[in-house]
Amino acid sequence: MGAPRTYQTYAVIIKGVRIGEVDKIVTIYTPELGKLKAVAKGAYRPGSKLGGNVEPLTHSLLMLARGRNLDIITQSQTIDAFPVLKSDLWRMACALYVLELVDSFTMERNENRPLFDLLLNALKWLCQSEDSEIVLRYFELHLLDYLGYRPELHRCVICNSSIKPVINFFGFGQGGILCSSCGQDKPAAHSISVEALKVLRLWQRCDYATARRVVLKSELALELEQVMHGYIKYLLQREVKSIAWLEELKREVTC
Amino acid sequence: MATTAEPVAKLVEALSKLPGIGPKSAQRLTYCLLRSPVEEAKALAEAILALREKIRLCPICFNITDCDPCLICRDKERDHSKICVVERPSDVPPLEQTGKYNGVYHVLHGAISPAQGVGAEELKVKELLLRLQDGVVSEVILATNPNVEGEATAMYLRQLIQPLGIRVSRLARGLPFGGDLEYADEMTLRQAIEDRREF
Repeated sequence: MGAPRTYQTYAVIIKGVRIGEVDKIVTIYTPELGKLKAVAKGAYRPGSKLGGNVEPLTHSLLMLARGRNLDIITQSQTIDAFPVLKSDLWRMACALYVLELVDSFTMERNENRPLFDLLLNALKWLCQSEDSEIVLRYFELHLLDYLGYRPELHRCVICNSSIKPVINFFGFGQGGILCSSCGQDKPAAHSISVEALKVLRLWQRCDYATARRVVLKSELALELEQVMHGYIKYLLQREVKSIAWLEELKREVTC
Repeated sequence: MATTAEPVAKLVEALSKLPGIGPKSAQRLTYCLLRSPVEEAKALAEAILALREKIRLCPICFNITDCDPCLICRDKERDHSKICVVERPSDVPPLEQTGKYNGVYHVLHGAISPAQGVGAEELKVKELLLRLQDGVVSEVILATNPNVEGEATAMYLRQLIQPLGIRVSRLARGLPFGGDLEYADEMTLRQAIEDRREF
């Protein structure tokens, strides 16, 4: 007996692309199947039963029918529409960055349950958090962990010596910390202060409830952002597009 | 060796580049044009050429037009103190058809979409802010689409316009006519309840 024609899954809607007049191809992230693309027929019709349930930034319960190429969404129900994220420009920008990271780093139909939980939690944390920078850095660090890019933060990845409490380097190509002597002549490395390294080490091993207690000064927050963005850019071999929008919003606030 | 006459093959190829038209439909349209009177084919060709030659963007509202400024912007009878901001030129006709709006428009030519690298720089946002400087405008109606990109654009514009002391409003959101309450999504129902009106 073959697989059943329909199946049900929870999903976070990552993005949607209009196809034809009223149809939409949505990219979703699910706990059992990882990322997949599915067709939401008639999603752009005003009276569509799918409509808002398949909008990006929504946690939904979907019924899908197996299709020849793409599966087809036949029923949908919103579990959480994250209205707080959709009514706050900065939080929405952060959440869209989170979605883009998941989309960029994952392959279709590659199950990763911890990553689904992390994604869902990150969206919830963004709704509640006063400091979204902590949510984003914590998310990035653990996303990389679940995808096999966990950076080594305790010993020099070149000479294996223990890291001294001085300014060291984060080697993007090496995937971790370089001691002060090994890191000096590496072009794809970013200097990292003792405080920044301590914060990364703590976040790498603690839960979010502990991570959020860290109070980040603006210079430290900027340093952590530069290190993590540099590492992500190296891994993807391109910029994450949503970063430009986050930067633009930051400039608007400081203007 | 090609068996189809070259003019036929060329038109099939050109038509199949249009959205929603595959090679079979393109072939059907081509043979239909071949059978139709020559005047009809000429009229179609002229209409297509005129579209590309005469249509440009209105320097005020950036809607597509064949005159400078467009008919809406030059209309003295319209209320120039209200600007309705839409994403695309195709959003203007449905609003006009309602007959309920007598203000003017501003077409952004897109919506903010961070994942596609579309920021405010790519839209006609600076041009909108310039229009607001002369003190004539008292209300900006944000009529971007009710989706994530449209909301991001609307919130961004609100952030820019509100400090200027101009009223910013957003098109109401709620249940569509002919819809079904049982199948309405959470965001729509939430808005419908919050923005309910005296009946």
